[in-house]
Formats: sequence, C-alpha cells, structure tokens
Amino acid sequence: MANGQSSIKNEFLRGIRAELPILLGVAPFGMIYGVLAASAGFSLFDAQAMSSVVFAGSSQFMLVQMFEMGTPAIMMILTGFVINLRHALYSASIAPYTRHLSTLWKVILSYLLTDEAYAVAVMRYRDDEEITHKHWFFLGAGLALWTCWQVSTAAGLFLGAQVPPQWGLDFTLALTFIAIAVPAIKDRPSLLSALSAGATALLAWNLPYKLGLIASALVGIAVGLWSEKK
Amino acid sequence: MSNIWVVMITLGLLTFGLRLSFVLLLERWQPPDLVARALRFVPVAVLTAIFIPEILLRDGSFALLPLNPRLFAGVAAILIAWKTKSALWTISAGMAIFWLATWLIR
Repeated sequence: MANGQSSIKNEFLRGIRAELPILLGVAPFGMIYGVLAASAGFSLFDAQAMSSVVFAGSSQFMLVQMFEMGTPAIMMILTGFVINLRHALYSASIAPYTRHLSTLWKVILSYLLTDEAYAVAVMRYRDDEEITHKHWFFLGAGLALWTCWQVSTAAGLFLGAQVPPQWGLDFTLALTFIAIAVPAIKDRPSLLSALSAGATALLAWNLPYKLGLIASALVGIAVGLWSEKK
Repeated sequence: MSNIWVVMITLGLLTFGLRLSFVLLLERWQPPDLVARALRFVPVAVLTAIFIPEILLRDGSFALLPLNPRLFAGVAAILIAWKTKSALWTISAGMAIFWLATWLIR
C-alpha cells in the first residue's frame, strides 16, 4: 500500500485531535484526584502510580475516600470492581472492530479503554468503512487521554495542601458522575434502573464498607432487565 | 508491600481484565444474552448510586433544601446534563452554582 504510512500517521494525529476537547473536562478531574489523594494521606509516589496502575478516575476517587475511612482492602477492591464493571460493556462494544488485530494491539488498546477514549474511538469506528488503520486513531486518542491523566494527577499532587477544603472540590466527583450518567438515560428501562439504584443507595446507606453501592448496582440492573420485558 | 499496593495492583489487574475481556474473547466465546443485556444498565445504576447520596445526605442523614448547597447544585447539574449532554457544562456550571449557593447560605 503506497499511502499506508501517511494514513497511519494521519489516523494517529486525528485521534489525538478528537480527544482534545474532552481533555478540558478530564484535566480538572485529574487535578482534583491528585489534591484529594494528597489530603487523604497518600504518598506522592503511590498516588501517581495509581493513575497508571488502575487508570480509572471514578474508582480512584472512591479508593481515596475509602482509604481515608480505613476500609478493609477486600471491600476497596470489590467496590472498585463494581464501579469499573462498565468497562466490560465498552470492551464488548469495541470488540467487533478489533478482531483483526494482533494480541499485542488488543492488550495495548484495552489498557487505554477508558470512558473518554471509548467515546471518541467508537465514533470513528462507526465512520466510513473504507477508512483503514482506525486502531491508530484509537491509539492516538487513548495516549492523549493517558498523558493528560498522568500530568493532571501530578499537577494536583503538586498543588495538594494549598487547596483549602472549604472549596468543596470533592463535589466535582458527584458532578462528573451526573455528567456521565444522566445523558446515558435514554429510555424507560434505563430511567427506572437509575431511580431504583439511587433509592437503594439511600436506603442502604448505613451498611458498612459501602456495601450499599453493590446492593444498589444489583437492584438497578435487576429493575432495568425487568422493565425491559414489559 | 503496603496494603494500598495490594489494592491498587489487584484492582488494576481486574480493571484491565474487564477492558480486555470481550476484545480478547469474542472470537471464541459469545456472552449469554442476559449478561449482554445486564451490562447496559451497569454505568447508569452504579454512577447514580454514587452521586445520589453525595447530593442528598450529609453525615448519613437527609439534608434537604434550602440548607444544602450540594442538593441545590446537584439538581441544577442533572437538568443541565439532561439538556446539554455536555460534561464540561455540567461540571463547570454545577460547581459555580455550588459555590454561589454555599456563599448565599453562609
């Protein structure tokens, strides 16, 4: 293929460019994670390492909170797992497009499969079927997000103690989840799923170790499936 | 190795496993229909279960208007997210309303 190389570079750069607007929202989120981790007593190294070892913002927020409350390790793992379960959905959605790739490519792209990289990559995959090398687009978008997440975590850790708690920056966690969840409510089953999960979370609030979150997820899924049948 | 590293590595591997799951296995294994349909509700159920107590409860008890700026800003953010579908607008406007409400109530 004569234009193979230029097409690879082109797709890669396009991926980076498509991710840029989203980074505007991701950068503050990463900084706030850094600030919260520092104030929860994480060492700089541990907090920074978590951003590449776990690399999933919402579960990182939750881990920091639970760490501060002295939650047992097994409950932190279980809760983080439930929060990150949605990535299996992204995996299922992207899988038909990555079939032809080598195992190494699959491993790299899967590591980069966050909410924000998925959102951009899946749109490209649904574009014109004639376009080749779309996995380079995915790689560009994923690496742009990864870099932004690491840099903004470092910036947050650096600011750390200088941000007073009265600013209520932890509230951005709730706002970020509202920003992801509300647009995902598209029909009656997903609405009922959200409402029942939210109600269960309130009722089960007093259960230890955030077990209420796991109960809420199960109730929300069950109600969603049940209302789909009607 | 400290406790938090056990958590980080375990959760890191589990999360990577979730991301890799279908990408790696789809050719050999098709998920049961029920699993595929259940997955659709996971993001909405989990995220709502996290943010609802964040905006409604304060130290484990209900905190209703007008003394709770989080509830006020949270409801506003839900409406903004629903109308604009923009994460940037939801987070920035939600935070601005939260600060304004905190300042007014104080």
